[in-house]
Amino acid sequence: MKKKRKLYVFLVRAAMYACTALTVFLLFFLLGYVFIKGIPHITWELLSTKPSYLADRIGILPDILNTIYIILATLVIVLPLGVGAAIYLTEYAKNRKTVAVIEYAAETLSGIPSVIYGLVGMLLFSNNFGTSLLAGALTLAIMNLPTVMRTTQESLKTVPQSYREGAFGLGAGKWRVIRTVVLPGCVDGIITGCILSVGRILGESAALLFTAGFAHVLNGILTGLTSPGATLTVALYVYAKEEGEFGVAFAIAAILMILTLLINLSATLVGKYFAKRRNA
Amino acid sequence: MKKKQLFENAVQAIFLLLGLVTVGCVLLITVYLIVSGIPAIREIGLFNFLFGKEWASTAEEPKYGILPFILTSVYGTAGAILIGVPVGFFTGVFVSKIAGKRTRAVIESAVNLLAGIPSVVYGLVGMLVLVPGISKIFHVPDGASLLAAIFVLSVMILPGIIKVSVTALDAVPKEYEDASLALGATPDETFFRVSVPAARSGIAAAVVLGVGRAVGEAMAVMMVAGNVANMPSLFESVRFLTTAVASEMAYSSPGSLQRNALFSIALVLFLFIMLINATLNCFLKRNREK
Repeated sequence: MKKKRKLYVFLVRAAMYACTALTVFLLFFLLGYVFIKGIPHITWELLSTKPSYLADRIGILPDILNTIYIILATLVIVLPLGVGAAIYLTEYAKNRKTVAVIEYAAETLSGIPSVIYGLVGMLLFSNNFGTSLLAGALTLAIMNLPTVMRTTQESLKTVPQSYREGAFGLGAGKWRVIRTVVLPGCVDGIITGCILSVGRILGESAALLFTAGFAHVLNGILTGLTSPGATLTVALYVYAKEEGEFGVAFAIAAILMILTLLINLSATLVGKYFAKRRNA
Repeated sequence: MKKKQLFENAVQAIFLLLGLVTVGCVLLITVYLIVSGIPAIREIGLFNFLFGKEWASTAEEPKYGILPFILTSVYGTAGAILIGVPVGFFTGVFVSKIAGKRTRAVIESAVNLLAGIPSVVYGLVGMLVLVPGISKIFHVPDGASLLAAIFVLSVMILPGIIKVSVTALDAVPKEYEDASLALGATPDETFFRVSVPAARSGIAAAVVLGVGRAVGEAMAVMMVAGNVANMPSLFESVRFLTTAVASEMAYSSPGSLQRNALFSIALVLFLFIMLINATLNCFLKRNREK
């Protein structure tokens, strides 16, 4: 081989190894740094109390609860919408133009940055019924609509056509076929969509700042949904940027990292489980 | 029989309605942004708004020029692409073509994890590692700068770029590579001179996706860029289009020109994103048709 060719091969190899190593290193650095700085600050008191000026302590229990409330509320809103839209697209739609328009709209939605969602959510929801977790959940529901729709659609495509034909042949109406044959077949897509949405809701902050606000009040789910509240990410931002409480911020960051790890793990496991069941 | 037909029709109508919710949302967002963004542009004047070099919304004689934000967003994105794309591209080729099954699985889950880390966490680490680091290495008083934002953004766009280019590279027909290998090219030459050109529209899509992410990112940038409305310069504190909206929204009073101007900035940002999305769709479509 000519020298020049050898050099080329050497260079691209080196670049590939270096870049891959850098990517993996970045992840380990981030994980390590956040865990080392954050885990010592995670205490039972932090997890189980609300912030109090009198006792001079910071607790993130309200933020944890708010995160759970907002995840539940968002899923309750987004699931029927997303799954319904996916069912319409794969089972009902005959007009190719309608399908194209809906799919294009979904793609557009998934490209819009979260600040813009935050702004529109503020105009649409918060200005009408107040800054609240519910306003945040509605905003996040729009944001996650394309995700749930896409994963459901993907799994609907894998339900064999012969199942539907068999059900029709037995005299079932369309709705009955969907309810008894199609929906059970796309459970994996719905679950994957839920996991992805939970991950996204957990990490979202810009869309929530102006819609759900940043209060740290301990509430039950019903009062919680109608009053403002910070999720974990928003709380992290406020503690780090506005209050300079880096210990608490890192503790929250470490918790978020652990949750992200768990979510990724469960997504992989769910994927594997359903792939195995499908092949069996 | 008729009753059953009626029922089925009603069900179909409900599903159609659910399907149209997405379209409704897009329309709603567009209309709201336009309606709330236009008044301030009218009052300030389109030219003064877009090309004014000074933003002083709380001054006695307020000035609403967003050129610094536009340029910062453009430079910041360009910088992030300049760093993120090569790293993502080479990693993508490695993952798709060289890595064995095990290694690939490990790297892919690492990439997925990077993609899942919330942007505030990136911002927090940037704030405490990058910002002091930059101020120490380059001897500037404050490290919260465009450079810090560029670094954070390039890490944040990395997973997207890797994922999309891996998908594109995986789709290259094996025959192309076999032919090249049979002609005497080494594997590495084959990957870069045959597979990469064959996957170029997918890789282009990866780049455009990165641009979209970088332009739209707000929180991480807000935490490391310093947030002063300067004209962009590498070591100075800057404000992006996204952070311009986010940083003043909390204390601008509803109905004021200041708040309306923020909506106008959001409208400009939205138009940028729509343009980027249209480009992305164009590349993806070309990819599918091939």
